Amino acid sequence: MTAMAAYDHLALSLVIWTPIAVGFLILFAGGRFPRLVRPLAALGSLATFLLTLPLWTEFQRGTAAMQFVDIRPWIPAFHVYYALGIDGISLPLVLLTSLIGLIVVIAGWSGVKERVAEYFAAFLIMEGLMIGVFCALDAMLFYVFWEAMLIPMFLIIGIWGGPNRVYATIKFFLYTFLGSVLMLVALLYLYFHAGDSFRITSLYDLPLREPTQIWIFLAFLIAFAVKVPMWPVHTWLPDAHVEAPTGGSVVLAAIMLKMGTYGFLRFSLPIVPHASHELAGMMIALSLVAIVYIGLVALVQEDMKKLIAYSSISHMGFVTMGIFLFNSLGANGAMVQMISHGFVSAALFLCVGVLYDRLHSRQIRDYGGVANRMPVFAALMMLFAMANSGLPGTSGFVGEFMVILGSFKVDIWYAVLAAITLLSGAAYTLWLYKRVIFGPVTKATVDSLQDVSPRETAFLAILAVAVLLLGVWPQPLLQVMHASLHHLLARPGVALAGTP
Amino acid sequence: MLHIGPVLPEILLLVMACAVLLAEVFLPPRRATLLYWLSQMALVGAAFLTAHERFDGVIMHGMFVADRLTRVLEEFICLLTIIVLAYSRDYIAERGLFKGEYFVLGLLAVVGMCVMVGAAHFIALYLGLELMSLSLYAMVALERDSSRASEAAMKYFVLGALASGLLLYGLSMLYGATGSLEIATVARALPTLAPGNLVATVGLVFVVAGLAFKLGAVPFHMWIPDVYEGAPTSVTLFVGAAPKIAAFALFMRLLIAGLHGLVASWQDMLVLLSVLSMAIGNMVAIAQTNTKRMLAYSTIAHMGFLLLGIVSARSSGYAAAMFYAIVYTLMTLGGFGVIILMSRRGFEADRLEDLKGLHQRSPWYAFMMLLFMFAMAGIPPTIGFYAKLAVIGAAVGAGFYGLAIAAVVFSVIGAFYYLRIVKLMYFDAATDKAPLRSARDLRWILSANGAAMIALAPWVGSLISVCRAALGGIG
Repeated sequence: MTAMAAYDHLALSLVIWTPIAVGFLILFAGGRFPRLVRPLAALGSLATFLLTLPLWTEFQRGTAAMQFVDIRPWIPAFHVYYALGIDGISLPLVLLTSLIGLIVVIAGWSGVKERVAEYFAAFLIMEGLMIGVFCALDAMLFYVFWEAMLIPMFLIIGIWGGPNRVYATIKFFLYTFLGSVLMLVALLYLYFHAGDSFRITSLYDLPLREPTQIWIFLAFLIAFAVKVPMWPVHTWLPDAHVEAPTGGSVVLAAIMLKMGTYGFLRFSLPIVPHASHELAGMMIALSLVAIVYIGLVALVQEDMKKLIAYSSISHMGFVTMGIFLFNSLGANGAMVQMISHGFVSAALFLCVGVLYDRLHSRQIRDYGGVANRMPVFAALMMLFAMANSGLPGTSGFVGEFMVILGSFKVDIWYAVLAAITLLSGAAYTLWLYKRVIFGPVTKATVDSLQDVSPRETAFLAILAVAVLLLGVWPQPLLQVMHASLHHLLARPGVALAGTP
Repeated sequence: MLHIGPVLPEILLLVMACAVLLAEVFLPPRRATLLYWLSQMALVGAAFLTAHERFDGVIMHGMFVADRLTRVLEEFICLLTIIVLAYSRDYIAERGLFKGEYFVLGLLAVVGMCVMVGAAHFIALYLGLELMSLSLYAMVALERDSSRASEAAMKYFVLGALASGLLLYGLSMLYGATGSLEIATVARALPTLAPGNLVATVGLVFVVAGLAFKLGAVPFHMWIPDVYEGAPTSVTLFVGAAPKIAAFALFMRLLIAGLHGLVASWQDMLVLLSVLSMAIGNMVAIAQTNTKRMLAYSTIAHMGFLLLGIVSARSSGYAAAMFYAIVYTLMTLGGFGVIILMSRRGFEADRLEDLKGLHQRSPWYAFMMLLFMFAMAGIPPTIGFYAKLAVIGAAVGAGFYGLAIAAVVFSVIGAFYYLRIVKLMYFDAATDKAPLRSARDLRWILSANGAAMIALAPWVGSLISVCRAALGGIG
């Protein structure tokens, strides 16, 4: 019993600090023992993944309370606590992060040739920090993890990125940094209003007047909207994605973007519910612009990574829309879409990475007829392309369908606009697929392609299973998050207008 | 009976300064290293004496106040100077500056700073300030064949003398208004004056101008870039670190303990100084191509942040400013430490492009410099972030929302040039492939300094508590 209780307290710390500790170990020992770097990284990420599994099995369904809570004083002068805990909203994201962390290490196994130790160290440290973001119950701890993550990502894009990497990574850093510092001011303001407390739950239900709420909402909005990213502050994303190495793109798309939407659920909605309602129309409008306009932008891209990057923005539009519908279908759909997009976008970036490793080109026109030489790869990518266009039976369908259903309840025009873009999503994804995979082999470079290696098959297959599983049987996921989302939507301020 | 316990460290330093001066005359040149060790021993001894002193109260006929603040800051000034001397040892040896004067002036400057920190009287305060300033002017000019250093020393001296004059003039007006030179008596007399007393207010303006000059806040910052760039890097390191702590102590002793009665007046002035420093410092730093000059502008910006804590006019804000000053000196030591480490005989390594590809030449020092840069930019988990959090929190707590937003926006602008250094080190190829050579103790201290940037994060709370306790008798 005591061992069980001790585990309850330490579980989250273990999940956060294991990859960070292994990362630093690799950083310091990697120069001396270069052959140990890859096995150590694999071991570290595998251990982290295994450590997250008990969280899933031991998690109490049906309650919105925080679980695995661990609270220790950290900076008493500012009443900052090292407070960790997860609920149904954070648990799926924690698992997603540890799974993607494992996959990224496998994917970078042979592709990275220089500064190998630093590469794996950066990813492992970042993995720990990202899990920390989803587990933090103290706003300042959250902020520390949220910002600290920028350092490894900055280095990953800048060191291992493409030709224009310096521009892309500085743009990425400054954009996100500007977004988050305004959130810092808002958090400090709330701190003094909550009677000197940074505990996220103590910031809920503060009696804030309407104009103040709007200001705080906007400060949060800038931080989260940049991360999601929402139109019109999305311009860093295509640059960052195109220049980042495959692993960097995967982490960016699969996890980092989710932090923005997680922030809306954890901070914006419960802390400033009135402002959230007040500005919900604007949020939905921005989301629809992302869904419709960015979907069209994706259609004309020549660069595969850029296309998937724009498709990510468009899909994240569904998430933000679902959140600001203020109904159960929308919120659940948003969460499912977050997880599904984590799998699908990661898989698509990995597919591009597989091709890029062979031909060192991301241009669509350099390919064509790949199916003739790489049949297994073509089959796997087909599945992910279908998921990206929202085919029933894949995970992409579940989330989008729930959000569209939810939007019907609010305004039929939202639903119509959002549904139209299922077409554009299918159009750009399938057109990309057609141009790259199908057709006759006309280029000598394509002719020389080798099909996926067992290692590549392994990580694509893991994601394929996840996409299908979530597509046909989303019930376990919905069960985990239902109570927390229901509780969130039933909060006094949040439930004001919508019908949960 | 004269109680001299609390000033024993100052006396020890003074005696040792004389001993170093004499030792140089009698020592054969090949034994010159002894001068270095003598100075380090003096500093360690002073730190030790400070740590074992418990007496609280005003001594020396109202000249010197012994309290927690005095002890903590003196301790820290000694520690900083120990690190500075360790960083500079090989650098000055290679440039023919390894002379008794260097150490004597350094020790005298430390005595001056300690006197400033514990000043309870305008005269003591001014004496300490001048002792420190004159030693520093001479140290900047020590490389006498360098025209840049002489120019820097000249500028520093002329402008510094002007600032001292302003301060002295302001103090004389306060004396005229209150009839006392003792800070505590002045503080008691101020509330009895008629509100808006012109003499006291004009005196305050001069005092604030003098203080702002010593701190290096805009618009009294013109000397900083030239002095930082022109002085030998080891002296830049010295000027950039401990004197900022002493300047912070001046603010505490004069503005907070002495002139708290005029808080409404100085608050407005400091708001202006703070915003201007953050703005000019961060923006002009972007245009620099010389690392030392860039760090000089970064210093100006940091002083703007430090002032945020004082502006709040609350004890928690003062503690935040003190914490900021401590963190700032640790970061700046490291930044200049890396420049010193990279320079060698006849090569200064003070241009930005000298940092190119440092990661290829030495991953470890590149990582250390990365930590210093992210700390200066205020990115968690480095301690630079907690320092910024503390001062911005103080501003928000006191209701200065606009000031807080300005501060964070300028910190984003500032992040650009820190990132540029990281970019040069990590993303660019090295043009200079010469291996880095340095003494082992220097490497260890620099590594410890770098590790402190993140390793201190779990103990931020205790550090802030120390600052709060130290300021308990003041705010």
